[in-house]
Amino acid sequence: MDVLIALWQGILIALEPINLGLAVIGVVVGLFVGAMPGLGSVNGVAILLPFTFVIQSFTGGATSPMIFLASIYYGAMYGGAISSITLGIPGASTAVATTFDGRPLALAGKAHVALVVAALASFAGATVSNLLFTGFAPLLADVALSFGNPEIFALMLLAFATFVGLGGDDIPKTLFSICFGLVMATVGFDIISGEPRLVFFDLTGFTHGIRFLVLAIGVYGIGEMMWTINTSRTGTNMSKVEVTFASVVEAIKQFKQAWRGTAIGSALGFFVGILPAAGATPGSLMAYGISKMTSRRSAEFGKGALDGVAAPEAANNSASTGAMLPMMTLGIPGSPTTAVLLAGMVIWGLQPGPLLFTDQPEFVWPLIGSFYISNFVAVAVNLLFIPVFLWMLRMPFTILAPLIFVLSLVGTYAAYMDMFDVWLMVIFGVGAFLLRILDYPLAPAVLAIVLGPIAEPKLRQSLLLSDGDFSIFFTRPIAGPITVIAILLILLPLLKLIRDKLRKTA
Amino acid sequence: MRVAEIVTAIFLGVLSIYLMWKSGEPPSWNPDVPRFANIGFIEGEGPGSGFWPFWLSAIMLLTCIWTAVNWYRRLTPASQSSEQFLDGYGKRMMLVVGGALFGFLALIHFVGFYGAIPVFMIYYMRYLGSHGWFLTFTVSVTLTVICFFFFDIAMRIVLPKGYLEPLFIPLYNMFL
Amino acid sequence: MKSIKSLLVGAVGIALAATSLSGIANAGSHGWEPTKPVDFIIMAGKGGGADKMARLMQAIVEEENLSNRPLVPTNKSGGSGAEALVAAKNATDPDHTIMVTLNSFFTTPLRNPGIKVDIQTFAPVGRMAEDTFLLWVHKDSGITSIGQFLTKVKAEGNKWVMGGTGKNSEDNIITDHLNKQYGLNIKYIPYKGGGAVAKDLAGKQINSSVNNPSEALGFYEAGTVVPLVAFTDKRLPMFPNVPTLGEVFVGGKQAPWAYYMQRAVVGAPGMSEKAQAYFTDLFTKVYNSKKWQAYKSKKSLMGEFMAGDELKAYWTRQVDNHRAILKASGAIK
Repeated sequence: MDVLIALWQGILIALEPINLGLAVIGVVVGLFVGAMPGLGSVNGVAILLPFTFVIQSFTGGATSPMIFLASIYYGAMYGGAISSITLGIPGASTAVATTFDGRPLALAGKAHVALVVAALASFAGATVSNLLFTGFAPLLADVALSFGNPEIFALMLLAFATFVGLGGDDIPKTLFSICFGLVMATVGFDIISGEPRLVFFDLTGFTHGIRFLVLAIGVYGIGEMMWTINTSRTGTNMSKVEVTFASVVEAIKQFKQAWRGTAIGSALGFFVGILPAAGATPGSLMAYGISKMTSRRSAEFGKGALDGVAAPEAANNSASTGAMLPMMTLGIPGSPTTAVLLAGMVIWGLQPGPLLFTDQPEFVWPLIGSFYISNFVAVAVNLLFIPVFLWMLRMPFTILAPLIFVLSLVGTYAAYMDMFDVWLMVIFGVGAFLLRILDYPLAPAVLAIVLGPIAEPKLRQSLLLSDGDFSIFFTRPIAGPITVIAILLILLPLLKLIRDKLRKTA
Repeated sequence: MRVAEIVTAIFLGVLSIYLMWKSGEPPSWNPDVPRFANIGFIEGEGPGSGFWPFWLSAIMLLTCIWTAVNWYRRLTPASQSSEQFLDGYGKRMMLVVGGALFGFLALIHFVGFYGAIPVFMIYYMRYLGSHGWFLTFTVSVTLTVICFFFFDIAMRIVLPKGYLEPLFIPLYNMFL
Repeated sequence: MKSIKSLLVGAVGIALAATSLSGIANAGSHGWEPTKPVDFIIMAGKGGGADKMARLMQAIVEEENLSNRPLVPTNKSGGSGAEALVAAKNATDPDHTIMVTLNSFFTTPLRNPGIKVDIQTFAPVGRMAEDTFLLWVHKDSGITSIGQFLTKVKAEGNKWVMGGTGKNSEDNIITDHLNKQYGLNIKYIPYKGGGAVAKDLAGKQINSSVNNPSEALGFYEAGTVVPLVAFTDKRLPMFPNVPTLGEVFVGGKQAPWAYYMQRAVVGAPGMSEKAQAYFTDLFTKVYNSKKWQAYKSKKSLMGEFMAGDELKAYWTRQVDNHRAILKASGAIK
């Protein structure tokens, strides 16, 4: 009961005109920053951090500036889906899985449905996450602490397992794609030995490794666009949808078809999100994989399934709220964005950590209250802006295509401030286009470059702990079951294959 | 398509071998360590720094061989197809679109993003899209101006300007 | 076409005229001032200690309106800072390029002679602080003093696990020192960042850490982790009951040893003296600001502001010191 009273008082503070106004401004700013390819919540939050001092000197206290940053965070999470769906370029790393089905839906003239489903799924994910956060924050902090290196590795293995079915029918090409992504993930620097590795031709640009967005924007921005130009010949007219009020309402009704993806995404996203090493990107990819695996219509995934949009969107919003949990209760940032938020809290004179909830309730509860408010504001603003975003799709293709190219280049530069990455992105893009013609699936490579940099160090840190003994992944109470499930899932398609072969010969 | 399939498989196979070779590289400060010393298990520590990339590249090589076998036995659609890998249209597209992208990139180093964006937009819209000058000009200039205000001014992400840098100093004076 | 051309020429003309005018206006007031946004390179990834500090400096500059052009932070963490050093060395406009450094400023050029960076060519803008290190254990370990720690760890052999940020890094250097000085066999596991180390110590995934106070503070205040010893010359005001390593007697002989992390701002090689004077002045103001001083005492940072030749002499000492340490541990030849 105490929690509910505290929360209610927190919500009332978040609803004060100045705070509500800041939340609305923050959400709108976040929405546009998030919709820009390459830029995500981290850019929005980092850039506006100095501005929050102005707010602080105006209102006193840390509550209003924090509410402002939290609402930018929410806005950006919603915004990521927008360019994934309308332009086919992931707006942020967390929204990559949204392109898998969002893009086909847009090409089929159902962009408005995809956008509405994404917005509502995001809302559902964030709501579930907020409720769990409010009810069980201290308890869940212990869960996060109990995940050590072997547990995180087991979880990454599970994420891979959920994606076994993601590739095409060509087994060697799918395997190639996975391994290629994993090898690219090791480029740059090995933290365990402290030595540079795979620095091709001694170019300094490779020392920071191959960034995830460089591959993702290359594949989905440049490669996909060239493929579309090559296959559509006369120039496609992408989805010329007339958006009326009625069609949006119709789209909202279709949301109920996506309840499974939303439910899986919301729950899974939160639990992956609270683990400091994992975060929203693996969370959304896993949610997509599991939705596909458990769906009775799994064949529709990748061709425009509503569940395929709902699952990753619910998951990334849920995970983003989840990532606030270790940041606030343990003082450990789970993602670059929460790292910047943490820096902000420190500068405002707060000490995030186990004592924050007991020592600073006058800060914590309005902030949690503002999560609820920001979430409501974000879904409303997002739905209102959908016609504006759809307008982009109605541009003639010969304007839209160069626009996407320009945004891909500018977005890659803005994300990492390095021209080397922009060159690499275009090279990957052209390569992806050529491989795409020969049916090489590329989604597995994109997934692998997200999971690889987490999985490899965790594997090696675990083996350092166990003196090189692999049994560490099976004997620990949490890691053990996860590892076993993951291995079973990986072996499942193989067993099926063998069974089919046997039947044929019999 | 059939030729392209095997050529690609061979190319990717060679790439895999290069990656395996590169993974075994000794640290630059210590030339006494032999190549491939880091690709195995280190006693009591687990895999070395080259283990993961080396063996994954080895799997990549195997998949390329697998693809080549599939090609020989004509099992995949690409290995049966008699279609051209890139027909005349495709080749032209590679040249005018792919080439333009690299031209765009090179141009950024000289005149920065804000010089290169309008050039690329005009090229694409006018010569590939055959849009009228008025529309072409409006879109190119608007996009450039929006980018400047969004990135340089609002987001404080300073995009490279190349030799056009001095032109922006008065703009900084005004807006920053 | 003709009209477009004349328009462009006109625009260029106006812009050039404006440039020369603004140049004159600038020269009038303070001597040198930045004319465009300043590239503010951070030698570490987002979210680390160096990054937090850099963003705090940027925020102070912005809030107190200390500079007429913004500082634009760029994280370049590649190759333990090698990427940042090379970027600064190759900066096209050294007057508008500054960098936040940590101890990798000393160790990375030693370990990667291939990048051909001589840190003495960087402009000594100002040292903002020295970060401190403490030895931490989980409260459930039952260890409350460094003496108990040494006995227990000796008995455990290589089963005792220390987590730290990176290989051959500050944390690794301190662990090596403990191993060598006290005949221990601690196993060192490198992590990506100090936050992850602190979390794994609190979750009992590792046995001890040598986190900076800023990384472990939350868990310390909650009583989850316990500091045993400070790797400083004097006791830290925030931890008056924690002895320094110099106070610890082993077998009758004293073992004084201190290790700090420099938090300094440097200018790119080739920065003009006027620009260097401007930035030294700017960061002196940041150093003296209330926010910086509050942060410094709250996070238990040591070290006074230092610039110019004094800072260069400090670098020479640090490089010699690190060369000796790395040689001893076999990380360089």
